Amino acid sequence: MSIPTTERLRPALRIGPTSWRLHPRAVVCSASATVLVAVLLVVDLAYGDLRIPFADVVRALLGDSSGVNAFIVRDVRLPEASVALLAGLALGLSGALIQTIARNPLASPDVIGVNAGAAAGAVGYIVLFAAAGSTAPSGVSADLAIPLAAFAGALIATVLLYAAGWRRGLDGRRLVLVGIGIAAALTAVTSWLLVAARLQTAASAQVWLSGSLTGVTSSNELWLLAVIVLVAPVALWQGSSLNIIELGDDTAHALGVRPSRAQAKALLCAVLLAAVAVSAVGPIGFVAFVCPQIARRLAGTSRPPLLTSALTGAGLVLVADVITRLWLTGLAVGVVTSLVGAPYFIYLLIRTQKDHLS
Amino acid sequence: MTQTTAEARTVGPSAAGRLRAEHVTVGYGDQPVVHDVSLQIPDGRVTTIIGPNGCGKSTLLRTLSRLLTPSSGTVVLDGAAIGSQSARQLARTLALLPQSPVAPEGLLVRDLVGRGRHPHQRWFQQWSHGDEDLVTDAMRWTGILDLADRPVDALSGGQRQRVWIAMTLAQHTDLVLLDEPTTYLDLAHQVDVLDLVCRLNRERGATIAMVLHDLNLAVRFSDHLVVMQHGCVVAQGDPTQILTAELLLEVFGLDADLVADPRTGIPMVVPRGQKGSH
Repeated sequence: MSIPTTERLRPALRIGPTSWRLHPRAVVCSASATVLVAVLLVVDLAYGDLRIPFADVVRALLGDSSGVNAFIVRDVRLPEASVALLAGLALGLSGALIQTIARNPLASPDVIGVNAGAAAGAVGYIVLFAAAGSTAPSGVSADLAIPLAAFAGALIATVLLYAAGWRRGLDGRRLVLVGIGIAAALTAVTSWLLVAARLQTAASAQVWLSGSLTGVTSSNELWLLAVIVLVAPVALWQGSSLNIIELGDDTAHALGVRPSRAQAKALLCAVLLAAVAVSAVGPIGFVAFVCPQIARRLAGTSRPPLLTSALTGAGLVLVADVITRLWLTGLAVGVVTSLVGAPYFIYLLIRTQKDHLS
Repeated sequence: MTQTTAEARTVGPSAAGRLRAEHVTVGYGDQPVVHDVSLQIPDGRVTTIIGPNGCGKSTLLRTLSRLLTPSSGTVVLDGAAIGSQSARQLARTLALLPQSPVAPEGLLVRDLVGRGRHPHQRWFQQWSHGDEDLVTDAMRWTGILDLADRPVDALSGGQRQRVWIAMTLAQHTDLVLLDEPTTYLDLAHQVDVLDLVCRLNRERGATIAMVLHDLNLAVRFSDHLVVMQHGCVVAQGDPTQILTAELLLEVFGLDADLVADPRTGIPMVVPRGQKGSH
């Protein structure tokens, strides 16, 4: 039976008995964002102490490993650039998931204590092992010891969050409030560790804390890639149940989705992604907070679109990396992302105030 | 023939029902709000649960839709305990429109109504022709097709409630439960929404169970009325017969007369208090 006069409600791709929803504007945004990220990657690899022509960078990426330029691109710069890209992807995706389950655009993994947990873990490890004068425990490569400690710290913070915040389900507001409390407590612990440590140890811990991409090795890159490859597909899969969760707990129940279960799954993915990103590069601020909202406005959807948020995150971190290379050398990437994010945060707060008052 | 309000008064033939509560006690935390209630929702009829504030009517409806789990007793659907079904399976049989639902900012009408199809969709069948047809049909039937591309939060209260009902309709279930679907609406829109609900019952054969707080509208739009007080059912049956001035006084604390509507003969509650009386 054909539908007279009205156009189709929603475009869909139909192949045989299967059908797949399409959101044209979101698809266009994802495609454009992918192109932009590719361009930014090339730019990031081209600039540094030695300016390498873009053509050479592209050739090196595509497999042509002859020449000094190719060596610089692939063995010297690529680990750092790809970590920037992967960390940005993970943070953008993590922020999108948390903002949807918390039903709050001000929520993000930074707020709910993931960053603070990672910081406490990493600084704790640096201070304790440096104090004892021993190196990393055997069996764990020195490169991975600090990221693993940070990862563990972030996960412990999340367990605390869940234990304190769960009551017949995850309420968005309570999640944020409890998270802020846990983050504050863990930040205090980190500060105390820094104060208690020797000066050099504190200084090297501080470098980690500012979110730096220098000193990133290929083992960091592999660790980040491994977790993202495992978790990101699961996270992206949550899309359709997130559509239902954002309608409210009662409506979600009525439509056959158990909100607490779906929220827990999404939260777990979000925390794993944020924890691995922060453990590899230190706490990079504001990416997970800002990028989902930018992606949402670009795609015109009611919740931050997952893939576009991830790509926007990658784009932001790469831009910050390029900026630190070109103009603000010496500043860590985390500082630049905060410079971008803080004014936007204030703008969003003011807008939210205005909406409530009007 | 009068009966004491202490006994549940059932007047009229009791219809068969797929959904019923058996000795259900449920509450939030330690305090039970609903005490040992047994209730049958008759198939193919419009059932309304009314009662004073805090009597447990919303709690009972939420228990019937499995939003809440009873601390004792069971809710039975199609002969099996309601808890034995998966959430998706249940959502294909029973739809619930909760109280004051809120749509996320920026969500369009056609997207919200489309989400009602979720219980029938699979990961590889996200939007079939059948889904498209049912959603369009639901929107046309509720008269909101021309609002399809507008954001839900930009609509008026009455229009928004129609959109939510369209979503419930798109869910295509035999049983539809509505928790105070007329809250915050002006009278014209309240009547509008209830007309829609009745049409759902008459034209589509849906079994309706709803909670209302307005006595007159409840009498006017129901086939079966359930009156609750302090977590128990004190009366149920044909609305035109079970409502008496004594019941109003005892259950609602309302001093009122019951006057027959001149046009239809349906009893109307007319409170005795008025400006200038003493």
